[in-house]
Amino acid sequence: MKLVTAIVKPFTLDDVKAALEQLGLLGMTVSEVRGYGRQKGHTEVYRGAEYSVDFVAKLRVEVLVEDEVADRAVDTITSAARTGRIGDGKVWVTPVDTVVRVRTGERGVDAL
Amino acid sequence: MNSGDTAWVLASAALVMLMTPGLAFFYGGMVSSKSVLNMLMMNFITLGVVGVLWMIYGYSESFGSDAGGGLVGNLHSAFLNNAIGTLAGAKGDQIPTLAFVMFQLMFAVITPALISGAIADRTKFWSWVLFVAVWVTVVYFPVAHWVFDFSGFTSPDSVGGWIANKLKAFDFAGGTAVHINAGSAGLALALVLGKRKRWPRNVPRPHNVPFVLLGAALLWFGWYGFNAGSALAAGDLASVAFTTTTIATASALLAWIVVEQIRDGKPTTLGAASGAIAGLVAITPACGYVGPIGALVIGIAAGAVCALAVGLKFKLGFDDSLDVVGVHLVGGVIGTLLIGLFATTTANSAGGDGLFYGGGLNQLWRQAVAAFAVMIYSFVLAYIIGWIINKTIGFRVTEEAELTGVDEAEHAESAYEFTTATGGSHSIPPVAQDDPVALAATKGSKA
Repeated sequence: MKLVTAIVKPFTLDDVKAALEQLGLLGMTVSEVRGYGRQKGHTEVYRGAEYSVDFVAKLRVEVLVEDEVADRAVDTITSAARTGRIGDGKVWVTPVDTVVRVRTGERGVDAL
Repeated sequence: MNSGDTAWVLASAALVMLMTPGLAFFYGGMVSSKSVLNMLMMNFITLGVVGVLWMIYGYSESFGSDAGGGLVGNLHSAFLNNAIGTLAGAKGDQIPTLAFVMFQLMFAVITPALISGAIADRTKFWSWVLFVAVWVTVVYFPVAHWVFDFSGFTSPDSVGGWIANKLKAFDFAGGTAVHINAGSAGLALALVLGKRKRWPRNVPRPHNVPFVLLGAALLWFGWYGFNAGSALAAGDLASVAFTTTTIATASALLAWIVVEQIRDGKPTTLGAASGAIAGLVAITPACGYVGPIGALVIGIAAGAVCALAVGLKFKLGFDDSLDVVGVHLVGGVIGTLLIGLFATTTANSAGGDGLFYGGGLNQLWRQAVAAFAVMIYSFVLAYIIGWIINKTIGFRVTEEAELTGVDEAEHAESAYEFTTATGGSHSIPPVAQDDPVALAATKGSKA
């Protein structure tokens, strides 16, 4: 099993979600996060004084998938979240030892 | 007694009362989410402190007959003695003295509240309360006497203050007594308390700009009571003041965001709110003495100059956190001085003519003397009071409390609760073993 984690621009969420549903995935977790990469932040001005906001709002999307689905999930997210401009985010895959469904106690792939 | 005038003055008093909570939100939106409650409280508490002191001796200090030199009223009206069932004002426009007492109270409440913006994010609450009590006693109440107490107003034989009656400087609703006074005291306190940690490189952004605009709107609304109510009669003069107030505020709002567009490339919400306040401040002393064109010029001047003046603190190195100096002191001076140029007897037959209306420099120098006198008096006294408080009980929270947030440190509260995952629980006071009712209730809940 794999955990696919993606940092994406917040407004791409609907497209990412729709694309993952098309792929047949049954769940996902989303959290609001802040950070910066090559995009860096932006500048705001209050009464003439500049404030640089370095950490930009992003969404972290996490999906647990079977091993053979991971690559397709990555491609799906990548194409759904891409605008071609700087700050589109990143996607990475990590191996997962165990998954348990809390309600039933099912383990492994059955719990996905 | 004139019941039309009485109704207007009472309604105006209520309008001005709303300005203090309005100011609280105007300021509160500009600070960080971890010091907004302290800012709201520093404003709201003035309703409590000054509300009580005004009754005991404040009104009498301001509007009791002169105790000497036009400097302070006597204490014959302490505890509002002789205020019930008596009338104040000129024949034909007389109102109950108590209507005047309540109207003027609201001015005494908001003036110290204005100062609090200079010391955001770092002030000990009870030290602030003490400062308010002492400052209104030795600064605001006497200065209100200088500026607002016209001889013969509160009773036929009463003697008023020196600026109103001897100097004859014009201050219709408080450009000197309220705005220069508060702005100057704000500068003094900003110097006494010192800069916030990490100022100016790293200070929090305004946490709620919608609050700022809401507060500005409440202030603008209440300011009609402040300015038009200062006619103390529901007639021509109140209508002139209402009109000039609107014109100056509208033009200052525009002027501020035009400056921003040229200088920063974007018109901001904070700028629009600030511009409106700058216009209100500047027209305050002038609103009953100038016509529509004078109001337009005063508004544009206030909006543009204050938009530039708020940057001065970075050049001069004082942390006037929310620009009490840049908006209230500078705006108050602009309005007070421009009366000397734009005053016209067509707006107010009891007023005078400024330089541009054939009056020469006669009014301008009087305006300058009044502005300078209040500025120096307030600065020196506020600095001394603040310095003594700082050296004795301390005026500033610890560095750790400041960085953690003054709300938590001073009030044990947080303004916003957006998460359920706090791990929090109430600690219920233990039930006394000899309290049968409480014991029964505890047992009942277990069963």
